[in-house]
Amino acid sequence: MVETKSVLGGAIRRREDPALIAGQGLYTDDVAPTGTLHVAFVRSPFAKAKILSIDTAEAAGMAGVKAIYTADDVRHLGLLPTQVAVRARPLLADGQVAHSGEAVAMVVATDRYLAQDAAEAVFVDYEAQEPVIDLKAAAAGDIKAHDDMDSNVIIAWTAGPFGDEDGIAKTRETIQAAKDRDDTVTVSIEMVNQRLVPTAMEPRSVVADYSPGYNRFHVHSTTQIPHALAGAIAKTFDLDNSQVNVTALEVGGGFGAKLNVYPDEILVAFASKALGKPVKFTESRREAAVNTIHGRGWVATATMTGTRDGQILGYELDGLADMGAYTQNFTAAIPFLGLFVGSGQYTMPTYFNVACVLTNTVVTDAYRGAGRPEAEYYLERIVDAFSREIGVDPAEVRKKNYFDKFEDAVSPIGFAMDTGDYGANLDALLEFVDYEGMKARRDAARAEGRLVGLGLSSYVEVCGFGPSGLSDLGFNWGAYNVDSAFNGSGLVRVGGDGKATVHIGTGPSGQGHQTTWAQIVSAETGIPVDNIRVISGETDDTPVGIGSFGSRSAAVDGAAAHEAAGRVKAKAAKIAAHLLEAAEEDIRFEDGVAHVAGSPDQSVTWAEIAKTAYHPHLLPEGMEGGLEAHAVFSPGNATWPFGSHICMVEVDPDTGNVDVLEYLTMDDCGNVINPMIADGQLHGGIVQGAGQALFEDAIYDEQGTLLTTSFMDYLIPTATSMPSFQMERTTTPTHVNPLGVKGIGEAGTIGSAQTVVNAVVDALADLGVKHVDMPVRPRRVWEAIQAAKEA
Amino acid sequence: MYPREFEYVAAGSVEEAAQLLEDNPGAKVMSGGMSLIPMMKLRLLSPELVVDIGRIPGLNTIEDRGDHIAIGALVRQRQIAESPLIPMALKTAAAQTGDAQVRNTATFAGAIAHADVAADTPTAFVALGGTIVAKCVDGEREIAADACFVDTLTSALEANEILTEVRIPKSGGGSAYDKLGRRGGHTDYSVAGAAAWVADSSGRECRVAVGGVGTIPALASGVMEAMASGASPEDAAERACEGITVLEDLYGSEEYKSHLAKVFVRRALEQAMANAS
Repeated sequence: MVETKSVLGGAIRRREDPALIAGQGLYTDDVAPTGTLHVAFVRSPFAKAKILSIDTAEAAGMAGVKAIYTADDVRHLGLLPTQVAVRARPLLADGQVAHSGEAVAMVVATDRYLAQDAAEAVFVDYEAQEPVIDLKAAAAGDIKAHDDMDSNVIIAWTAGPFGDEDGIAKTRETIQAAKDRDDTVTVSIEMVNQRLVPTAMEPRSVVADYSPGYNRFHVHSTTQIPHALAGAIAKTFDLDNSQVNVTALEVGGGFGAKLNVYPDEILVAFASKALGKPVKFTESRREAAVNTIHGRGWVATATMTGTRDGQILGYELDGLADMGAYTQNFTAAIPFLGLFVGSGQYTMPTYFNVACVLTNTVVTDAYRGAGRPEAEYYLERIVDAFSREIGVDPAEVRKKNYFDKFEDAVSPIGFAMDTGDYGANLDALLEFVDYEGMKARRDAARAEGRLVGLGLSSYVEVCGFGPSGLSDLGFNWGAYNVDSAFNGSGLVRVGGDGKATVHIGTGPSGQGHQTTWAQIVSAETGIPVDNIRVISGETDDTPVGIGSFGSRSAAVDGAAAHEAAGRVKAKAAKIAAHLLEAAEEDIRFEDGVAHVAGSPDQSVTWAEIAKTAYHPHLLPEGMEGGLEAHAVFSPGNATWPFGSHICMVEVDPDTGNVDVLEYLTMDDCGNVINPMIADGQLHGGIVQGAGQALFEDAIYDEQGTLLTTSFMDYLIPTATSMPSFQMERTTTPTHVNPLGVKGIGEAGTIGSAQTVVNAVVDALADLGVKHVDMPVRPRRVWEAIQAAKEA
Repeated sequence: MYPREFEYVAAGSVEEAAQLLEDNPGAKVMSGGMSLIPMMKLRLLSPELVVDIGRIPGLNTIEDRGDHIAIGALVRQRQIAESPLIPMALKTAAAQTGDAQVRNTATFAGAIAHADVAADTPTAFVALGGTIVAKCVDGEREIAADACFVDTLTSALEANEILTEVRIPKSGGGSAYDKLGRRGGHTDYSVAGAAAWVADSSGRECRVAVGGVGTIPALASGVMEAMASGASPEDAAERACEGITVLEDLYGSEEYKSHLAKVFVRRALEQAMANAS
């Protein structure tokens, strides 16, 4: 057995941070090849309108303007490639506008300022039409988002369990029978899970540079899916994928918003090819709010039935999800991701029905959690309301209805889950936080007349989409000409100096891959972390990969790198045995050297092994030169992380202001590669979920104008919005990958919004408040208090 | 986020700046640029000339002149928040303005000139009974706080005038400022806020201003009248919105914002009275 000393689990500081903290990281907008032209878009002020004419004459004559393109110029390129193409969008509005901010014309000029001036001089004659903005009105269907559609409802995701029509009917009968019993209690609440504007520190940016001599594109883009973008551009321009190199430099946050191929990415490539110059487009912050996808946007009624002692007998979620005006990458599939966790950690019969509805608004798509925060929000809010109604502690109700500790179980909604130990996790949280003590502190504060509340939520999520077989369900990048299932890929190459490079097909946006992949490879090979460089986001130099999203990278691509490293180590062990004249099975790797078990002095360094590998005449007879391996990994299942969160809030009865006093967590993502990075992922995730609970809200007026396009009006949480978190974890490894790791990128977001709202409702419960919709801004809380007083 | 073309001049003296404004009716004065630059980037404002007064010497001081504190046009919000010379209401309002980067960039005088009702320091300035000094080529004039603000984002400054100094009387007593910010607590622009100055802990002689809810930071004369006649802060606060047109926005209905104005008038008065004793 070839053994190594592990660095997995070490809180190694992120190697990428010094450059980022010093402001020396390179981002797409820093890319400025000589002669770069700049793009500004002409955007529709109307949510729905016919385009009668576009007059570009004046703008085209302005100094510095090189080209102005409209739908007439790019129609031949086809619609935007889209993975789930129910209503794909044109690259530029083609005779018809379907949301305010939609790009109608593209101006290319010698600098960004001139481009903006010229964009103002493009005259578009619109015939405004009445838009449909409100989700329920859209579902009712009097006004259509597009005139050629019979209904705004494009698909409904229904399950109970998934894919079993008879099962769904039986489940509904079972739930109805439970409701009809005299000894059961049914609680039902309609709740809004409001539309959000995903907010990354770095807005989207793309630079395309076409080389006619080589018939190749080099495209820089701040994307989570470099290989998909390369494929989409190749497909659009009828090239092989190898004729497009996509580089994603540092990506300053993505959260799903960069998990899309956007019209502007295709359009700058088009302009570069047409004009023979590099072309750049960088969103302004305000533009990002209407040009890049939105998230969430559900209205649904959650209904729970159970006995007075807390046995849940049925759960139903019936609602609508706002698609916006078109479907982009995963738009119509987001509720399906929610459906995966529709029954949460519980065993009760579950019916899930969410209809996807088009409106004249910005397209929605994956935003951190993507369907799962919505599903868990409704479920965990209604568990809380049910517990309150029957007067049983919400922790007790949860535990009573959890799955017992399991390996491989099937959820009531019909999905195979890998591993879980939910009761132990919640017990660990309750002990960690001194639950009884917290309740006593809450009650003492209440006795003083303060509105203090305690909110609890557990969650399970599903992530690490990688099983090759899911390709048959559409989990692939076929629309982008990437002929691969959602596999992990990793290539480990040891150079002649004994130092390694790891080439991975992920698309990191701040997750710390430079550090964690070095740990994975170091743990397997014994090559020191400092001697391992991780290469990602460069399609010319990485194996075909799926990108980074859905908390998939470590569990899928990490496992691939682990396997590749194992193969490199196996070959290195043979070489070391040859050099040391020892038996291969006696070779041990440690601290950058291979030695013979029991004889640490009898050793060779990785540098010596590698040098031998690149001088084949020194190798054992018959062995090929070189020292590298590429692994493609398909996991046995997605992974199902879980956890429990609790927080304490205080409401100011005079103003409705909510102050989060304490926030404590017990998460379980299986084995942890780097606890510091896992904690960091949770920190950001929790704040994003709490941001939805407390502040964030994409607000449209009736005409379909987005009112919240700057940080003055779109209120993201700040460093002062939350207390310091106290975090612990339980460890329930998965068996679907060799590292035993589950995802952690989205867990914090999936667990937190309802934790905060549950606490706010708890604080107000004595006043008779049963629910407050997000965001629980002071105004809304105060109004809920007034309404409860009047009732 | 890309402004239209404009000319830029860094004035070397107030006189030079005043002459530039006189000669260029389309010009705007820039001190910290905290509000002007975003408005230009959004093309909400497109001046032909920006007159930067940021490099003029002598405008960056806070000075005790015996009967009043003189604050130069380039004094940053952060300096206001940290100066021992500044009354508590204004210190607090400055400390609750934006974040550290904003406070290091934005000037207090600029906040008054910009006349945003959701800003914090103008409300405290009104309650403290300050004045501003406006200079133009023809000379200078002093404008009292209650005449400084005309309408939404409109101050009493003429297009050819530069706000060179803000004066806060040294009136003794106690003062306080409190608000609800858009992101809750004291964070961000004010949804509603109030500042109070009281001559002594009885609160009978007072000046109270309300911000955030109407079009301008306004003196709450009804509250002051009630306090003078011996009402409690709570009762006096009922008159917080007298004479103010409360406007609904994304952060509150007319009813809610009127209610908040009362809450913060009461809190500001009570705190000012406590600070006076």
